Amino acid sequence: MTLEFLQSYWWILVALLAGLLVFLMFVQGANVALLDGKYDQARKRMIINSTGRKWELTFTTLVTFGGAFFASFPLFYSTSFGGAYWVWMLILLTFVFQAVSYEFQNKKNNLLGSRAFQIFLVINGILAPLLIGAAVGTFFTGSDFTVNKEAISNIGEPMERIISSWGNSWHGLETVVNLHAMLLGLSVVSLTMILGNLYMLNNIEDEMVEKEARKTIVACTVPFLAFFLTWLVILLVRPGFAVDMEGNIFMEKSKYLHNFLQMPVVLVMFIVGVAGVLAGIGAGMFSKSRKGIWPAGIGTVLVVMALFFIAGFNNTAYYPSSTDLQSSLTIANSSSSAFTLKVMFFVSLFIPFVLAYIMYAWHAMDKKHITKDEIEETPEKY
Amino acid sequence: MDASIFIWSRLQFAMTAAYHWLFVPLTLGLSMVMAIMETMYVVKKDEFWKKAAKFWMKVFAINFAVGIATGIILEFEFGTNWSNYSWFVGDLFGAPLAIEGIIAFFMEATFFAVMFFGWNKVSKKFHLASTWLTGIGATISAYWILVANGWMQNPVGTTFNPDTVRSEMASSSAFWEVISNPMAVDKFFHSVLNGWFVGGTFVLGMSCWFLLKKREIKFAKKSALIGAIVGAIGVFGGFISGDRSGVNAAELQPMKLAASEGLWDGGRRAAFSVVPGVEVPGVLSFLATHDFNGYVPGINDIISGYASNNGEVIPSAEEKIQMGKTAIAALKGYRENRDSNPAVAAEYRQVLEQNEKYLGYGYLDSPEELIPNVPLVYWSFRLMIGFGMVGILLFILAFIALHKDKLQDWKWLLWLGIITIPMAYLSGQFGWVVAEVGRQPWTIQGLLPVKAAISSLSVGAVKTTFFVFLGVFALFLVIEIRIMIQAFRKGPEIDEAVPVVPNNE
Ligand code: HDD
Ligand code: HEM
Ligand code: HEM
Repeated sequence: MTLEFLQSYWWILVALLAGLLVFLMFVQGANVALLDGKYDQARKRMIINSTGRKWELTFTTLVTFGGAFFASFPLFYSTSFGGAYWVWMLILLTFVFQAVSYEFQNKKNNLLGSRAFQIFLVINGILAPLLIGAAVGTFFTGSDFTVNKEAISNIGEPMERIISSWGNSWHGLETVVNLHAMLLGLSVVSLTMILGNLYMLNNIEDEMVEKEARKTIVACTVPFLAFFLTWLVILLVRPGFAVDMEGNIFMEKSKYLHNFLQMPVVLVMFIVGVAGVLAGIGAGMFSKSRKGIWPAGIGTVLVVMALFFIAGFNNTAYYPSSTDLQSSLTIANSSSSAFTLKVMFFVSLFIPFVLAYIMYAWHAMDKKHITKDEIEETPEKY
Repeated sequence: MDASIFIWSRLQFAMTAAYHWLFVPLTLGLSMVMAIMETMYVVKKDEFWKKAAKFWMKVFAINFAVGIATGIILEFEFGTNWSNYSWFVGDLFGAPLAIEGIIAFFMEATFFAVMFFGWNKVSKKFHLASTWLTGIGATISAYWILVANGWMQNPVGTTFNPDTVRSEMASSSAFWEVISNPMAVDKFFHSVLNGWFVGGTFVLGMSCWFLLKKREIKFAKKSALIGAIVGAIGVFGGFISGDRSGVNAAELQPMKLAASEGLWDGGRRAAFSVVPGVEVPGVLSFLATHDFNGYVPGINDIISGYASNNGEVIPSAEEKIQMGKTAIAALKGYRENRDSNPAVAAEYRQVLEQNEKYLGYGYLDSPEELIPNVPLVYWSFRLMIGFGMVGILLFILAFIALHKDKLQDWKWLLWLGIITIPMAYLSGQFGWVVAEVGRQPWTIQGLLPVKAAISSLSVGAVKTTFFVFLGVFALFLVIEIRIMIQAFRKGPEIDEAVPVVPNNE
């Protein structure tokens, strides 16, 4: 196995984890419904318990996504996490609040009252997809950092021997005014809300929830299409960060359009993925079907993977620096050694096995839909 | 910019780790208790055990949530606050974290959901398997994180690569060396057993509380027995594995050992200090080298250089720092010349390789920086062992009382059970202080000092996140304790009036 093969292999796995993460953020998207005045407490309880049986999967996928990125592309970990400090810290905080909110919200003596914890779930439901989406958005716009490996041989001031440094003191918050990246963030927020409501349709049996969920899907689809299509058009015409044979980075006109055209497989993945999402939405809006989550979910995974592929493959810098082009990260210059990637290759053979038992457990637990009666009767619930 | 950035980053990391460790041991210990109880239920088909297991599962779930929430902070903090570290050792260090996610965390998360929500959804056997798998997943995760931590204490299997400027695994056996690192294996046993000690003490102590209140008598006695068994295995095993940890430290981290003994001037027949002023001659030598006449270096010896037990000459701190600076200068020379002048570069590379072992020392400014906070390490070590001894005493007494069926009558023992709970927690906390403060100033022993591991952030930024986390953690802790108290007030509500099938003990 060559280094190039292993780097590509791990980029595919990172992309897969990212795709699964966005899909599993249906948990976040569904939790936004807790803000909705239309649902009474009993129905909110159904929603919390419905996402409550899945949230750990989303969370663990995030953790594993982080771990896998660290193991395979450590320079990204040190550059982006240490640089876009505030963005990652905010993402972390919202997930931390989410993790305890399930367990705490319905308990006596929980100090803040259940409404507060539901609001934490809503904040996580909106901010997490927004920030993660915007962070991925910077894969195409570039960020303000430099990487200098010579720094390590400075024996003077500690601050002068840091390899990766951020160019401004906003440490990632400046992304808020990066319109293109924010459009992707907003697309992800509306997409996860669509997925969340499709999931509720699939998992909860209640007439009113069904009616409201279908309405919300309609309401979210309009902004989703608007944000995503605008983002996509800009992406296809904007110059991209290309890499030449010597590893030098340069700007190429319509780079991402070229990537789609030069990697037809990726283009097909993308189109099939978008079609899947639309089919899922259609099923949610126009039919009685409750299964829209599946095409939409698989479609989401494919779309996200395709976007990671055009960001990182075909001689492209996936984490570009807008300050110092040559500091940009490519899958070649930011990866672990061939040895580590090979060890991790063998570890990755566990993944199908993990997926299999997750699916088995999921299936066993979801045979029956959640109903009002079930929630009232079972003592084990959030 | 200010040098105290690394002080704040350390404080933040230490706070998060210590807070995480409030929840981890209970997860590890309690998972065994509930799995044993549910096994009893499946084997004996007695509803009593199901209810008992369910009660401890409820407590487990409250604790588990906060454990997970704090774990993710630690993982991200390597990137956010230790940026240089993440590149410098990322080739090795990311791997155990990723493996932990793939192999252990998914197992924990998936089967926790089945365990908690699946009582009426899956078969009895599948449910029991899920309960065990939750605990096994937690234990596997402990192994991988301690492989990572053990490597920081004893960085085996890697060499420095000047072309990529980082430590890399090179030889084909490197990965095996990393995962069988004696430091990692002993830490795994020592830490997981600490978890059993905490979990066992918690179950025993809270059962004592029920007995004091004269509530749930049967449940409390049965729980007390299982708690005492798990806890006793934990605490006895803790002494054995702790001894192994001490031998490792003597061999691989002599400064840590010297600090935990407050040993400034070493020598042969080194004395073990029980508390200041009370010393047992020769015992430290025996513990560290398994020879009463073995040589144990003190802090001053390590600073000024010494000849080790097997005759190896260890250079002084001053010399190590000089060699480190030579290595760093050679690294610079190599990188400046490697494209333009390969011959010169090769010479630099040779100098680098000769001094590579001390590269990390080059970042230090003075030998004093090599000395950790001695009183803190010294006292933490004693408190860790002392609280462990209280645990041993408690379990011996508890077994006697349970055997004579007197536990409910010996009020003083019930109280001892309750007050040992915080002591068990503290023994683990102090253990980590020994392990982590004792290895200062290194993040990676001998390779990378804290000063060279940081991110390029302002002190203000790290201070802000420090206080935000402090506030959030305090809030969560208060809520968690209130909810736990509520759960215990309510109790397992096992209806004693319903006749339970007699079991044949
Ligand atoms: C010896 C055991 C041990 C130690 C030293 C640590 N942890 Fe931990 N961790 C666990 C044992 C554990 C556990 C028992 O497996 C937890 C506690 C509660 C839980 O759900 O799993 C856990 C949870 C947990 C999670 C959430 C997992 C999930 O999504 O389910 C993460 C990300 C981490 N940890 C990461 C870390 C990091 C980065 C550490 C070091 C700096 C660390 N842990 C120290
Ligand atoms: C959960 C139990 C742990 C506790 C209680 C703990 C405790 C501490 C303490 C007290 C410090 C600060 C030392 C000082 O400032 O003098 C520290 C620092 C640190 N620990 Fe741990 N630690 C734990 C687990 C870990 C693990 C498992 C790892 C690695 C995988 C780790 C890595 C570090 C790092 C990188 C630092 C910061 C750099 C440094 O100050 O050395 N810790 N920890
Ligand atoms: C049962 C009581 C004990 C408990 C609960 C306990 C707990 C801990 C914990 C949680 C750690 C940090 C994890 C690690 O580094 O492995 C630790 C470290 C340590 N413990 Fe203990 N311990 C106990 C008894 C002992 C005893 C009796 C000894 C020695 C004879 C000992 C020696 C050590 C040493 C040397 C370290 C530092 C290891 C290192 O830095 O790598 N412990 N202890």
